Amino acid sequence: MSVMVRNNVRITGRPDGRPMVFAHGFGCDQNMWRLVAPAFEDEYRIVLFDYVGSGDSDLSAYSPERYSSLQGYAQDVLDICAELDLSDAVFVGHSVSAMIGALAAIREPARFGALVMVGPSPRYIDDESYVGGFSAADIEELLESLDSNYLGWSSAMAPVIMGNPDRPELGTELTNSFCRTDPDIAKRFATVTFMSDNRADLSRVPVRSLILQCSDDVIAPVEVGKYVHENIPGSELVLMRATGHCPNLSAPEETISAIKAFL
Amino acid sequence: MSLAEEAFEDLYEHAPCGHLSTLPDGTIIRVNRTLLELTGYEPGELTGGMRIQNLLAVGDRIFYETHFAPLLAMQSVVREIAVDVRRADGTRLPVLLNAVMRDDPRVIRFCVFAATDRREYERELLRARQRAERSEAEARELARTLQRSFIPPALPRIPGLQVAGAFRPAGDGDLVGGDFYDMYETDAGWALALGDVCGKGVEAAVVTSLARYTLRAAPIREPSPSAVLSALNRTLLHERAGRFVTAVYGQLVPADHHFRLTLSLAGHPPPLRARGDAVGEIGRPGNVLGLLPKVRLTDVEVELAPGDAVLFYTDGVIEARGGEGLYGEARLRHLLSASRGMEADGIADAVVNEVVAFQSGLPRDDIAVVVLKIPG
Repeated sequence: MSVMVRNNVRITGRPDGRPMVFAHGFGCDQNMWRLVAPAFEDEYRIVLFDYVGSGDSDLSAYSPERYSSLQGYAQDVLDICAELDLSDAVFVGHSVSAMIGALAAIREPARFGALVMVGPSPRYIDDESYVGGFSAADIEELLESLDSNYLGWSSAMAPVIMGNPDRPELGTELTNSFCRTDPDIAKRFATVTFMSDNRADLSRVPVRSLILQCSDDVIAPVEVGKYVHENIPGSELVLMRATGHCPNLSAPEETISAIKAFL
Repeated sequence: MSLAEEAFEDLYEHAPCGHLSTLPDGTIIRVNRTLLELTGYEPGELTGGMRIQNLLAVGDRIFYETHFAPLLAMQSVVREIAVDVRRADGTRLPVLLNAVMRDDPRVIRFCVFAATDRREYERELLRARQRAERSEAEARELARTLQRSFIPPALPRIPGLQVAGAFRPAGDGDLVGGDFYDMYETDAGWALALGDVCGKGVEAAVVTSLARYTLRAAPIREPSPSAVLSALNRTLLHERAGRFVTAVYGQLVPADHHFRLTLSLAGHPPPLRARGDAVGEIGRPGNVLGLLPKVRLTDVEVELAPGDAVLFYTDGVIEARGGEGLYGEARLRHLLSASRGMEADGIADAVVNEVVAFQSGLPRDDIAVVVLKIPG
């Protein structure tokens, strides 16, 4: 199975441009960048992909062992970098992907020239004086929420979603499809995301970094963005007017201009 | 106020579901009476800058930010999202949310359906499914553990003779089958047993265990392979096993660079011996075990010389059915002839791989093979 198919890699933009990799976070897929990525197509070679277990990736490539830590997801990024022979890439990671990008850059610094972290958090659960915003019980509740919201996933739909459309008539009825995957995989990804603690990795990030911090983000509060900024040497912090956790969808213009100013 | 306008206002306020409108960032700008009644808030309490996210339990709030809000932004409509709303008194109300994002004016409109009973029912279903999955996993583990007890973890090392066994359960291995084999040292040399209990499942498994242990114990009292198999026949009838068994039993005695193999067949396909370019059956047919009080079985003695390979197998091999019909003995003879130069485990693997591939990777019956090979 080629990495291109496994991770549903899509390439647009200028073929000889500097590579710019957009990575989605926990929840949805590469469609999260649909309002942002096109603004960089004139100048950059745009790489979009889905992590294994999300979007239109090959679900059969999912292994609970490999994806039991964020390093497994970082390996997806590095596999794509190797397949496309990328160097000096701009990596734009939303939510948990900000930390996944940091881990990938620590492991293979030559691949990356800049890191844009949109709503990053190195640890979601409170720990002594550190405020991540959540307790372990909150994360349990999230797993229950995922159980109740399979977003239309059922054994009848699975073959369609997994790319075996014997029943094409179902294809047009796919609602919620951008954020749907096997609930079991979604729960594992949620656990890996929200149980992760990458605070110690921040000081080792070897590339220029930009932190885009929304106001009023319940997933990654302002204090967490400031913590990331203080711990990544030489990083820049931009406090956005946008609220919520997904400025790439709710405030694409502000997101685009902040990234352009940084680059 | 016309009758129609009054009806609209009343329809909104007292609709059979809660209505709630927000700005794109979730700030609540309007709610109807039904929503206030469902949640216990006073008029004005929810529209003073509060966001819909604040109404949700924390886990659901994460779900809202990571799934609901992105979906709504991308496709403008989201349906049937199950969350808990926090009531004014701190209790939780399970609800289903539908939402649409409108462009002009830019608002999100939510319908809030109280779903206490339905959610409790869904939780019951979820618990039942989790129980079923646990039971299924346990049953599978039980089947695999039982199956492993039908073949030895390792075959004995015999100077001057290579031995190899291979086993592949039917289907995906969830249903315990009846194929077994065993090889062990005896006073005179070594004994080899390979057989197949009719049927599948727990009852067949019980008989398979009985057969394997009877064949282990019998040689202590019985002098010849046919006598060992007759003892198994008596045990099956005495224990009212209710299932018949086919088996081949052989005794191997070393003699210089040769081995003398004495074997008896009970309703079982005869083993194949490859010698030079020739492949031939060895043994003489005998009655199946577990049906008749008296069985006719014959002992046949053959010499195994350097270069010889002998293949013992169950009917799952030759009765394999694929796109080209039955696998059959002719294909098996051809394969043994072509692979006789390999070591014993290479031959055993080649047989199992070819027969599994013949059935497109999903064998319908158990496949068990044992190969003896005297290096040439």
